Amino acid sequence: MTSVAPQKSKSGFDFSNYSRNHFLDGKGLGGFTATSTGTTIVGLIYKDGIVLGADTRATEGPIVADKNCEKIHYISDNIRCCGAGTAADTEFVTALISSNMQLHALHTGRKPRVVTAMTMLKQRLFQYQGHIGAALVLGGYDATGPQLFTVAPHGSTDKLPYVTMGSGSLAAMAVFESGWHKDMEQKEAVDLVVAAISSGIFNDLGSGSNVDVCIIKKDSTEMLRNYVMPNERAKKEQKYGFAKGTTRFTKEHIYSMIQKEDVFEVGSTAPTPAPLPAAAAGAGGEETMDTS
Amino acid sequence: MEALDMNRLKKGEVDLGTSIMAVAYDKGVIIGADSRTTMGSYIANRVTDKLTHLSDRIYCCRSGSAADTQALADIVTYYLSLYSVNMDQQPDVKTAANLFQDLVYQNKDRLSAGIIVAGWDKKNGGKVFNIPLGGGIFEQPWAIGGSGSTYIYGYCDATWKEGWGKEQTLEFVKNALSLAMRRDGSSGGTIRMADITEDGIERHFIPGDQLPELAGKIV
Repeated sequence: MTSVAPQKSKSGFDFSNYSRNHFLDGKGLGGFTATSTGTTIVGLIYKDGIVLGADTRATEGPIVADKNCEKIHYISDNIRCCGAGTAADTEFVTALISSNMQLHALHTGRKPRVVTAMTMLKQRLFQYQGHIGAALVLGGYDATGPQLFTVAPHGSTDKLPYVTMGSGSLAAMAVFESGWHKDMEQKEAVDLVVAAISSGIFNDLGSGSNVDVCIIKKDSTEMLRNYVMPNERAKKEQKYGFAKGTTRFTKEHIYSMIQKEDVFEVGSTAPTPAPLPAAAAGAGGEETMDTS
Repeated sequence: MEALDMNRLKKGEVDLGTSIMAVAYDKGVIIGADSRTTMGSYIANRVTDKLTHLSDRIYCCRSGSAADTQALADIVTYYLSLYSVNMDQQPDVKTAANLFQDLVYQNKDRLSAGIIVAGWDKKNGGKVFNIPLGGGIFEQPWAIGGSGSTYIYGYCDATWKEGWGKEQTLEFVKNALSLAMRRDGSSGGTIRMADITEDGIERHFIPGDQLPELAGKIV
């Protein structure tokens, strides 16, 4: 058999670095990590629809990369999707499915359904075998009523009345397991979602900052950006600067660092410079440029 | 893409460490499963439905990677619905089983899926097909699968008898699954069962706090 030279793909994702890293890792030269967002995202079904929630912290390893990012992504007017995992992947996979959902709605002439978005997402994530690191909570209201799903990075889906995802999912699920019940009122439902996200914000290192909430009902969608801000930077009570003269000094010397320069537009007539005495021009460090 | 074949194997993240089961009887077939889905040590779903609809009278029990088995079931469902339109009749259980077998065998290096296909068709009545990891296909009067099944081979061998009716078979499935769920850490939650006959599908649900107390029942 003749060996075929490896060809560079013209489109799609390039996973050659994955192979390289995996190879190096096998030789004990690894240490590469993917950037992922530690996150708390949740969703629940209540009497009149769906409530989605998310924290707003994005991380790069131990660094907080964004203190107030948006994790509730738009799919269609009646469908939203919370994203956890690799930030770029959640952003692009939801944008792509949002676009395809709009084309699908235009093609069929019907309001889009949540299962359609769920199927598109799971098929794409399965195709990429977990390399698109997106863990999603998908919720919306369609012809079949309120719908809520989770989609894991490898493409498996679950359909449940209340769900959590991300590194803060355990903290949030503990709140849901003790507080959720069937046919909750809207205020009760939003309060529970806020409590679940807050539990993630305060108990999970990967989650933090503010609470975003989204309420989806039969014919209205309400995006409540920064619904709760429990981590506002407080005003400093004192000034921490030192008073003038705190530090003693022994010497003082003041340099003049100003260099004066006259600039004329090319082609324009330079104003005739006043003739300077040769000695004065040299001593002051000033130069007159002749651009004519 | 730069083709660097370095023998990589992607591990399924969401796992169905499972106890699943199907038993044929005179009128049809009873299928059953636990309801636990795990991600490592976390239970991602405690009320999972692992009894998956394929066609009007054919279901499958899924074990292994959740993503893989869901994708396979979606593909087979699509083929079967296409078949029923083209042929103007409901597909046989063995047709569904063979579709699964072909997919699992052709992609054996990429999949971790152990599936039991069960159902009823006009020609053959209630039938059970076991399709384990490598993509084999085995028709059996009863089949068990998933990580929990290893604990109940002895119980099933010793207990099952031919010629049982619906109620006896349901009781057998319920007892066998609850034994498996007690011993297997990655099985548990509730028991879901379904009775597939000519008349339709009858669903049974046993909550986690009402599992049979087997210690006193088994001699």
